[in-house]
Amino acid sequence: MHTMSVAELSKALQEKQISSVELTQLYLDRITQQEELNAFITVNAEDAIAQAQAADTRRSKGDTTLFTGIPIAHKDIFCTKGMLTTCGSKMLANFVSPYDATVIERFNDSGAVTLGKTNMDEFAMGSSNETSYFNPVLNPWDRKAVPGGSSGGSAAAVAARLAPVATGTDTGGSIRQPAAFCGITGIKPSYGRVSRYGMIAFASSLDQGGPMTRSAEDAAMMLNVMCGFDPKDSTSLNEAVPDFTATLADPIDGMRIGLPKEYFGAGLNADVARVVDAVIEELKGLGAKLVEVELPNSTLAVPCYYVLAPAEASSNLSRFDGVRYGYRAQDYGDLADMYMKTRAEGFGTEVKRRIMTGTYALSAGYYDAYYLKAQKLRRLIADDFTRAFESCDAILGPTTPTTAFDLGSKTDDPVAMYLNDIYTIPANLAGLPGMSIPAGLGDDGRPVGVQLVGRYFDEARLLNIGHRFQQVTDWHNQIPLDQA
Amino acid sequence: MEWEPVIGLEVHVQLRTQSKLFSDAATKYGADPNTQACDVDVALPGVLPVMNVEAARMAVKLGLAIDAAINQRSVFARKNYFYPDLPKGYQISQYELPIVEHGHIDIEIDGDTKRIGVTRAHLEEDAGKSLHEDFHGMTGIDLNRSGTPLIEVVSEPDLRSPQEAVAYLKKLHALVRYLDISDGNMQEGSFRCDANISIRPKGQKEFGTRAELKNINSFRFVERGIIHEIERQIDVLESGGTVVQETRLYDSAKDETRSMRGKEEAHDYRYFPDPDLPPMTIEDAVVEEIRQTLPELPDAKKARFISDYGLSAYDAGVLTASRELADYYEQTVAESGADAKLVANWVAVELAAYLNKHAVELADSPVNATMLGGLVKRIADNTISGKIAKEVFEAMWNGEGDADAVIEKQGLQQITDSSAIEAIVDEVLTNNPAQVEQFRGGQQKLMGFFVGQVMKATQGKANPQQVNQILKAKLG
Repeated sequence: MHTMSVAELSKALQEKQISSVELTQLYLDRITQQEELNAFITVNAEDAIAQAQAADTRRSKGDTTLFTGIPIAHKDIFCTKGMLTTCGSKMLANFVSPYDATVIERFNDSGAVTLGKTNMDEFAMGSSNETSYFNPVLNPWDRKAVPGGSSGGSAAAVAARLAPVATGTDTGGSIRQPAAFCGITGIKPSYGRVSRYGMIAFASSLDQGGPMTRSAEDAAMMLNVMCGFDPKDSTSLNEAVPDFTATLADPIDGMRIGLPKEYFGAGLNADVARVVDAVIEELKGLGAKLVEVELPNSTLAVPCYYVLAPAEASSNLSRFDGVRYGYRAQDYGDLADMYMKTRAEGFGTEVKRRIMTGTYALSAGYYDAYYLKAQKLRRLIADDFTRAFESCDAILGPTTPTTAFDLGSKTDDPVAMYLNDIYTIPANLAGLPGMSIPAGLGDDGRPVGVQLVGRYFDEARLLNIGHRFQQVTDWHNQIPLDQA
Repeated sequence: MEWEPVIGLEVHVQLRTQSKLFSDAATKYGADPNTQACDVDVALPGVLPVMNVEAARMAVKLGLAIDAAINQRSVFARKNYFYPDLPKGYQISQYELPIVEHGHIDIEIDGDTKRIGVTRAHLEEDAGKSLHEDFHGMTGIDLNRSGTPLIEVVSEPDLRSPQEAVAYLKKLHALVRYLDISDGNMQEGSFRCDANISIRPKGQKEFGTRAELKNINSFRFVERGIIHEIERQIDVLESGGTVVQETRLYDSAKDETRSMRGKEEAHDYRYFPDPDLPPMTIEDAVVEEIRQTLPELPDAKKARFISDYGLSAYDAGVLTASRELADYYEQTVAESGADAKLVANWVAVELAAYLNKHAVELADSPVNATMLGGLVKRIADNTISGKIAKEVFEAMWNGEGDADAVIEKQGLQQITDSSAIEAIVDEVLTNNPAQVEQFRGGQQKLMGFFVGQVMKATQGKANPQQVNQILKAKLG
């Protein structure tokens, strides 16, 4: 049962093969059994059962959606009313949100059952889930490996089938990179597709929520719930939302898929390259045409990102000051001392590093050289994509240069850690949709993800390609041996 | 040495929108602490700002009224600093691209018109309030004001005296009230002023080092504060010192200015465009539509009062100082059907004196325009004299009814019957033979004495013109 897709689970609920209460209990039990993975910060045990009961009642009355009674895990970056919402930080370790994020509201309205809140890098700053105040998440494929980050808890939960689906957020690769490391499907929609209201901000111009699922089909179903204009988010776009499931099975015969040569250069591990090559062959078999494209400025995406994202973060995180909610230092002298101690004690090292970097980049005398220059570069990176999409319909490449690395192996080298997101960051800077699908295993037996990047609002095409690939391959159904 | 002050004003005008600049919370003044602060105002994790379009329309109104450029595209920026009553740790303001730029306000100084440049006017949100009393050494935070829409109007350093500064401020105050974009209530902080002040030797082109004067929240304090700051700077320079760039506070209780923080303590606000808010665009058509809704503004109204009512520039200026007063005046003219100049005198002098003496706002005046119109009508048709009218006005002020009721009740109708007046004149002349003698001997100024005696005998009700005529005839 726990290996079923959303469509299968929904059908089982509708045909009364299982109740939502039973299904929810099944997943809650799995979460308890796999506690060692540390995928969850909060398990919503009691309330989840109550929600499941309500969903069962709702189904019996015929008022159902696809997700009514389906358990779901939410990244702990989404505010959930009456529940702890920690964002992986000591700063918010005691914060119970008085309101629901729009994404949460949409899933609640659809009747989905919240299993709990998943672990994550502190304030989504990290690529390994090791910056979490609530300790690292283990990769279900290999417990010596990181699950990726920042949505590492959601990725591990779906990979270990502790939840059928989960939400994640992606600022520089935080959905796609952990999806790749954990062998699941993850899509970051176009900027503006999914409301950011109630999603704790890291870098406002880059953050985007999205699904983390077994398959492209499940992701399409989640996007149908998540996407849409939200008057509470001025950056959400009033763009028509298609039924993402409608075009999943369309033929991709003749579709032009671009291969950016910059994504296949030095730094890409051979085993990852081999998996990408195999995917290319599969897609050719499905009738796709492969074309070479150029993204010349994408090589500058990492430095560009590490100016802009920390700049925005330094301002976004100012509200965590110990005054109104969250952590406040115990012993302090005057106001300045309260601020300093609260923030010194409440934030972890990586968060402080980025606040310092961002504050510097925005400072008088440095603003032009850093922030403004990075903004110009961002424009150039976006222009590269526009040009590339003149000759192709989607861009394909590796999601990450390597498979999941060992826990602790990069924690002392922030730059090596940052380089993990070299292939994922450009889509955030350009605001484009990006998806990672599981496509094989590396030499170390750890999963490899392949990334597809599409035009603005062209999520449906990425899902279409992903689904067609998953119809002829089995990688998305593979789960870690000890979870079988 | 003769010194010339150079003054520029930054005025924060609170816009009278129903809800806040970026949230749905109400903006009503005086609510219990933190009852008008929603999730967005409190800056909970995850909340986002949504622009209040009404505030932008109000900013456009102001821009049009001061003949400024309305920027089609303006950008909200974050001004970053830590303070407990600033919940986000930044204020959303406009920095590089404000909504309004390059306007001007004309002021009257000693009968001359002077044009004062307005550099820019930008939208921004207000902070909350820190409450230092009643918390036993702790500080309370009230976030009701947090997010309240303000428009900050920044003048060019074109003002050259405290009087000019006050004239500019009063004009701007009148404008925002005319436009109905602010209640302009200075006590409640709806209209707040900071002044940048420097001095230079008269004739020198370069500006001196300026000090910024904060917390001057009445027209009087603006004048006092600026006078003090100018005197202080003159003292510093004339005793061989240098003025340092700093922020100073005007203490109205001690009537002095004192240093708040120096340049070295100035914040680096790290302004950058707010990524939560797309640039605001205002189509030309919208600007045109707003232009159509603009009321008649003070300068135009003043010109019309001079041409249509034949008022002096001074009277027209007084009567158009506020939209309410101008409306009151025009309504009184219409009600009375009397000479507009006579009405002007009653509104600008008599009514104004009562309002001032009793510290009553025009809107709360016990004598409304209809009542005053009724009174002036009775002066015009000779039912009562101007002198008696003052008594009637006082009775109306005290709630004794309208003019006709008071006149009727107190029997104040003017005596216009010539034979009745003649009889009284005869009596007065008979009773004062010595004065009659002296008058006829050439002491013409005794005419006033006779008039006074007649008026006394009639309790002021005799028609003064008739009294004069009859006396002249009888004594001549």
